[in-house]
Amino acid sequence: MALLELTDLTKSYVDPDGRSQLILDIPKFELDACKQLALAGTSGCGKTTFLNIVAGILRADTGAVAFDGLDLSLLGEGERDALRAREMGYVFQTFNLLEGYTALENVLLGMLFGPGPDRDWAYALLERLGLAGKEKHRPSQLSVGQQQRVALARALANRPRLVLADEPTGNLDPVHAQEALVMIRELCVEQGASLLLVSHDPMILDAFDKTLNFTELNQAMSAQGIRS
Amino acid sequence: MTGPRSLFMIVRHSMRRHVLSTVVTAMSAALASGLVMAVFSISTQSTRAFSGGKIGFDAVLGARGSALQLVMNTIYHLETSPGNIPWSMYQEIKADPRVALAVPYAVGDNYKGYRIVGTTTELFTDFEYQEGKRYTVVAPGLVFDPTRREAVIGATAARELGLKLGDELNPYHGVDARSTVKHAELYRVIGVLEPTNTPSDRVIWIPIEGVYRMGGHVLRGEDGEVFEAEPGVAIPDKHKEVSAVMLKFSTKQAGYFLQTQINRQGKAATLAWPIAQVMLDLMNKLGWMNRILELVAYLVVAVAGGSLLASLYNAMNERRREFAILRSLGARKGTVFGVIVLEAGSIAALGALGGYLVYYGILVVARTIVLERTGVVLDLSAVHSSLYWTPVVMVAVGVLAGVLPALKAYSTDVASVLARA
Repeated sequence: MALLELTDLTKSYVDPDGRSQLILDIPKFELDACKQLALAGTSGCGKTTFLNIVAGILRADTGAVAFDGLDLSLLGEGERDALRAREMGYVFQTFNLLEGYTALENVLLGMLFGPGPDRDWAYALLERLGLAGKEKHRPSQLSVGQQQRVALARALANRPRLVLADEPTGNLDPVHAQEALVMIRELCVEQGASLLLVSHDPMILDAFDKTLNFTELNQAMSAQGIRS
Repeated sequence: MTGPRSLFMIVRHSMRRHVLSTVVTAMSAALASGLVMAVFSISTQSTRAFSGGKIGFDAVLGARGSALQLVMNTIYHLETSPGNIPWSMYQEIKADPRVALAVPYAVGDNYKGYRIVGTTTELFTDFEYQEGKRYTVVAPGLVFDPTRREAVIGATAARELGLKLGDELNPYHGVDARSTVKHAELYRVIGVLEPTNTPSDRVIWIPIEGVYRMGGHVLRGEDGEVFEAEPGVAIPDKHKEVSAVMLKFSTKQAGYFLQTQINRQGKAATLAWPIAQVMLDLMNKLGWMNRILELVAYLVVAVAGGSLLASLYNAMNERRREFAILRSLGARKGTVFGVIVLEAGSIAALGALGGYLVYYGILVVARTIVLERTGVVLDLSAVHSSLYWTPVVMVAVGVLAGVLPALKAYSTDVASVLARA
């Protein structure tokens, strides 16, 4: 059984002129447990909206988003928040670390709303990512590469079954991007988590066994003739 | 599950990050909280002090006029005397079987702003300034000899004037501290009284005969005939007069009958009775001042609440990203709402704690001023109910002030904020 299964999903936005714009139209999408998949697509093709719907941050207009058989579209906002806190990790392009918190505290925040804080696990994750000794550093005291690793540790802090990564290497140079990608993939394997990564970087996409072209997946974009 | 510890962790970080606004807002809450507690405590204590408390005597007899002025002059040693009554009236009231004790006062002089009161030795042997409490002369001092130029001085007067046993002082004419008319007579300090924490601590007591014999003092007595005492010559009773007589009644009914007899039927004197009621009337008349002070204190609380609201609300734009990230990590809307409300409540609680310092500071300053002006001592350790409810109200105001910013945080559009991040 697929860990994530989307059926007949649509999402529209109302533009400033008041007209409804269809941004997502995905008839079918599946991701199995412990699998890794990269979605390729240009910016503005709805990848982030897609990830936000999977994460339960946004709600689809129509269709079903089933996580381990549980349809998110039937859940209230609080239940979706709880599911995300318990089962999902999210890695952002801009890392979105909280500046007032140390590296350790940022990782602890990843557990706070789900399983609850586990300092030993947070230390272990930071050590695994080569950040031993940096636990008390604030994001501004870390290099960009280190910040990215803290963000990764935070995404894995709640021992998620699904990691969503939105252009996770977009702010890194090619060498660090490659390193980060290896780490994300290795850690997801170690933790038994599925990985759904979106990127427009061919170097990143080439590293995956399975890559899907998002504009082909998203009928709304295909209809507008957008190609990756 | 987000436990209280987790919420406090987020709140603590936020307060640390915005330390300046946290401190300033908490200080305004402290000021408001301290002010409210001080206004209520001082108002209650002064009303109690000026309403007589547990004074050990029942009434004051004095010249025809205002009972309030009489009380202010004899008990609080403020204001001027409304006039004198003849010695015969003192003798008459003293002999009345309804009166257990009658102690005469003669006022009119001062020494460097401290009032000199002529009286009899009964003040030290029989008079109770509060129920069960009499003036005690600190050993090895003594009570004055009524025939000598000796003085017994109150504790505050002794301390402030630096007077000790054996020192001499020249009375100045009048009760005004600026008086430059110095009497020639020298009085020797024979005793210093234990502190009583009453206005009497500021008084210099001398024999009543001394007041009559003070150079330049003119006595008019019963018939208004001008008389000036001569050294070595006895003063006829008909020329003597007293400013007031402190009275202790034999029975509880005595006050009622004497008041009817003196105030309603008589025309020569005034009986201030019951003293507590006289002062309470004054307090009630001045009550509007307390109400205004209370109103000002409440306004300061409202301003503190407003500044808390403004400070949190203004920070919301900057913190939207923080809340969006927390939401992306699974924080519920209610959690984010709770964080803001808890933060507002915590800042107010910090302020409420600081309010105790402000309260104590105001009380120390007020104590000094009230003591200097009236001799009434405010009790720094007195516990007024406002010390309990003010912090609770302050925290409640803080929590209320947090609701609007919390609603703003609650309605953060996570996806669009993160998209702009």
